[in-house]
Amino acid sequence: MKQGIFTVGENTALTASVYRMTLLGDTSDITNCGQFVNVLLDGFYLRRPISVCDRVEGKLTLVYKVVGKGTEKMSRMQAGEKLDILTGLGNGYDLTPAGDKPLLLGGGVGVPPMYLLAKDLIAQGKQVSVILGFNTKDEIFYEDEFRALGADVKVTTVDGSYGIKGFVTDAMKTIDYTYFYTCGPEPMLKAVWNASETGGQFSFEERMGCGFGACMGCSCKTLTGNKRICKEGPVLRKEEILWQK
Amino acid sequence: MAEMKVTLCGIEMDNPLIPASGTFGYGYEFAELYDINMLGSFSFKGTTLEPRFGNPTPRIAECPAGMINAVGLQNPGVEKVISEELPKLAKCFHKPVMANVSGFSIEEYAKTCEMLDACEQVGWLEVNVSCPNVHGGGMSFGTSPEAAAEVTAAVKKVTKKPVLIKLSPNVTDIVSIAKACEAAGADGISLINTLLGMRIDLRTKKPVIANKMGGFSGSAIFPVAVRMVYQVAHAVKIPVVGMGGVTTAEDVVEMMLAGATAVEVGAANLVNPFACRDIITELPAVMEKYGIKSLSDIIGIA
Repeated sequence: MKQGIFTVGENTALTASVYRMTLLGDTSDITNCGQFVNVLLDGFYLRRPISVCDRVEGKLTLVYKVVGKGTEKMSRMQAGEKLDILTGLGNGYDLTPAGDKPLLLGGGVGVPPMYLLAKDLIAQGKQVSVILGFNTKDEIFYEDEFRALGADVKVTTVDGSYGIKGFVTDAMKTIDYTYFYTCGPEPMLKAVWNASETGGQFSFEERMGCGFGACMGCSCKTLTGNKRICKEGPVLRKEEILWQK
Repeated sequence: MAEMKVTLCGIEMDNPLIPASGTFGYGYEFAELYDINMLGSFSFKGTTLEPRFGNPTPRIAECPAGMINAVGLQNPGVEKVISEELPKLAKCFHKPVMANVSGFSIEEYAKTCEMLDACEQVGWLEVNVSCPNVHGGGMSFGTSPEAAAEVTAAVKKVTKKPVLIKLSPNVTDIVSIAKACEAAGADGISLINTLLGMRIDLRTKKPVIANKMGGFSGSAIFPVAVRMVYQVAHAVKIPVVGMGGVTTAEDVVEMMLAGATAVEVGAANLVNPFACRDIITELPAVMEKYGIKSLSDIIGIA
């Protein structure tokens, strides 16, 4: 973990409630896709944990949804403003079991961490399929960005206004994959867990105090013992999750 | 030269700074960030006789200038703390540590303290009779003078180490409880634990925290803590460790003026992992600004 001061580059709306912010600063501690950062905002006591969408040396990209007053304030920040950010938090995804044809499933604001994951897997020469799930056409973001990476992209909408009508699990049936990675709301994760036929990894959300393992605010039970979502997570393997079919 | 040394229950500390229990784990997350030997000491995660997972999540809610937690004493149990956590800590922290102990019965408090008494690394026992997040234990021992005195006496019987009793602010008369602990043999009092608080989510129309209520901490509670430290420090002869919303070096000085011999920093560690390092670094300049040569001279002079 590192604490750093970042300068806002762009901060643009991708949909009515989802924004992309680029930040310039020291990204050296972001060592793995699927990690998150913890953003301090003026006037708010706790930091906001946000997944890393992309990072190159010196530049971090966050794609975040406005859900409360903190993220609303963040959405109004201008280029040149500064943010105090803790980087390099969480375990991130393990790419080693991916096989030749990994499948990535992102739902809503669970889509952003899939981007850096797809980029890293494609850099390893993998044939990556991506399913992006949204409620409706107006909420869709990053379809073109994933295609530009060279991934095979399918979009699902619950109301059928774009792409395949239904959930990510409806599209999952039609794809041949060796392993899967997913991030999204918990009901979606559970549906993926039920529908999946291979091993895979899940990225979880929880309300956090510190984000770096000190407060035990985000603990969960797993088949391999108690884990802190912020420290031993947010990524858990399918075989350690305490769900029942 | 600014003199930051203080002596707490016969143990000299390089400075009065102690990260508070539950905000510093067993130390090593922070040891990766800076040399934690610069601390006066630290109070490790509240430890019970048996391992505990704690409460269901969500356990955290944000507040203006503070936060609520309802972790519920998650810890691996005293046996594992002694066999695994303390040896790991010994590699990165070379000063006496404060062992924070909680329990669900008088016997459990005594047994856990007896086991920790045998650990050379442990300097003080900080006995938490004030956890608001567990049922049938914790705070229920700290809300009456009789129960607090009974825990104090039971613990004193099994240890030669200094015993600090950590008190709850969620009482009508904290002074009477502090005095009862003193009379039962306590070597010091630490206060305040968190204030019982609650948040409700307007969208779900339900409490944010699964356990509904939790302990409110953070800079918002600092004035309440200063007041209670002042009241207790002026009523007992044993030393007081002050805590509650301490965030800056100025807050440390204010807490000591109120009567604290040492000062714990809690929620601030969770927002700024370098909070204690920053406070210790800034203390000499703050002391100079206010004409303080030695911190031990200002204890309780307000």
